Amino acid sequence: MAIMQGGDGPVKQKAMEILVALGEIFNADKLIDIESTQISGVSYKTIGDAGLHWIESMLSEKVVIPSTLNPTGIDLRLWRQMGIAEEFARKQMQIIDVYSKLGVKTLCSCTPYLSGHSPKFKDHIAWSESSAVCYANSILGARTNREGGPSALASALIGKTANYGYHLDENRQPTMCIDLDVHLHEESDFSALGISIGKKVNNGVPYFTGIKNPSVDSLKSLAAALAASGGVALYHVESVTPESNSIKVGGIETISFTSDELVSSYDSLSTIQSGPVDLVTIGCPHASLSEMKKIATLVKGKKIAKNTKFWIFTSVGVKLMAERFGYLRDIVKAGGEVYTDCCMVVAPIEQLDFKTMAVNSGKAAVYSPSASNVEVVFGTTGRCVDIAVKGFA
Amino acid sequence: MIKCRTIFQGKGIGKALVSHIPISFFGGVDPNTGVVVERGHPLFGKSIKGKVLIFPTGKGSTVGSYILLQLSKNGKAPAAIVCKEAEAIVAVGAIMGEIPMVDNPDAFDFTSGQQIIVDGFNDAIIID
Repeated sequence: MAIMQGGDGPVKQKAMEILVALGEIFNADKLIDIESTQISGVSYKTIGDAGLHWIESMLSEKVVIPSTLNPTGIDLRLWRQMGIAEEFARKQMQIIDVYSKLGVKTLCSCTPYLSGHSPKFKDHIAWSESSAVCYANSILGARTNREGGPSALASALIGKTANYGYHLDENRQPTMCIDLDVHLHEESDFSALGISIGKKVNNGVPYFTGIKNPSVDSLKSLAAALAASGGVALYHVESVTPESNSIKVGGIETISFTSDELVSSYDSLSTIQSGPVDLVTIGCPHASLSEMKKIATLVKGKKIAKNTKFWIFTSVGVKLMAERFGYLRDIVKAGGEVYTDCCMVVAPIEQLDFKTMAVNSGKAAVYSPSASNVEVVFGTTGRCVDIAVKGFA
Repeated sequence: MIKCRTIFQGKGIGKALVSHIPISFFGGVDPNTGVVVERGHPLFGKSIKGKVLIFPTGKGSTVGSYILLQLSKNGKAPAAIVCKEAEAIVAVGAIMGEIPMVDNPDAFDFTSGQQIIVDGFNDAIIID
């Protein structure tokens, strides 16, 4: 076709080459139109100079469908307060500037679906950001593969993706049934479940039974954890997720998930169990308004310990709403700091002299020891707030 | 000779470095040194530079492609990648970083230290 021969310029040719290569690898029959993209590969920490030069090489074109951006490494306004080095911030701003010129909306959040970028049932999309992929497929019933940042950008420039994988009905069937023997309450419980099951199901599709009336926040935590510990792009929950009634559940392996396994998953996510904690972070994926409310309620009237930072990461929209509803005031009054556009996973935490971080996110607990060189304490939101107030676990 | 499928063309020769569990390049491999930094990973502390890196499939974060691109620009990339089953993030990373990559070998029976030739022109892997 003309684009592949360079008829539409070298950038579209390069983008098309990536899409066609993926189509060939996965035996796609054609390229299909898509509604939107979510683009990862934004933090200078994750893409480096090599990534910056690569996206710069796309600058003669613009995206042709609605596209939003993943978190960066810094709060775009409050990065000095975070203690980020000038040089890192400068590189980060350069990256944001390039994406902005490409026509990508610089929402800088991993939860675009909580900020107005919310595909509808059966929409074909090309999203990266593994937690958002898993949420969009599972909870919204949209259809996307686990795109890498570059292939999502390629799709944004062309408006298409290769028709394979989770775009096809047959690949949306469950491969393993997990029957819960334990009642889960906290978002971190769902994180611990997702971490444990992600390792067992790898790139498969888990089908959960025995989860009663989960909150959206819990489903968000489960999506992130499954996608971090395995390569899960889609899960179903009996009577909860939109495709759970139309899938075939017979003839697949069934395993149970017990309270013992919940406890051992919690234990496995902490690299240390006790001691001083100099950073407590919440907001992986970005905190929702209800999580902001929960945190505000937990910290109201308390004071964060002198040598401990309490950082909450969210999107610009949720922060504005939290301010209007008074949650932000309660958090800030207690000594907490609310940052947007970034998170504890992709910010350069390793350059900020933190030794130990407490988190309620399984995804953050998985990545932070190696990506940010910190010890991790994993616990419920309540325990995280307790640790922030006491200064130790 | 083991038949396989080429993901990115090219020839890569080196000592095998085998993981029997998936690899996440983000948080798993330091792009500046090429050393595996994921704690508890069987390859922890080992350098992938110049090796024929063999693993079942990719996992984890969708920015992994950029880590492969950085490894390549920094001269720390593997000589070739062999996966049991390629997935998009590693595949695109190999294409961007111009790292020879194959998948779906007839036999997936490799041992670290074996001298391996990945012939991504002829869909073949040769154990020397």
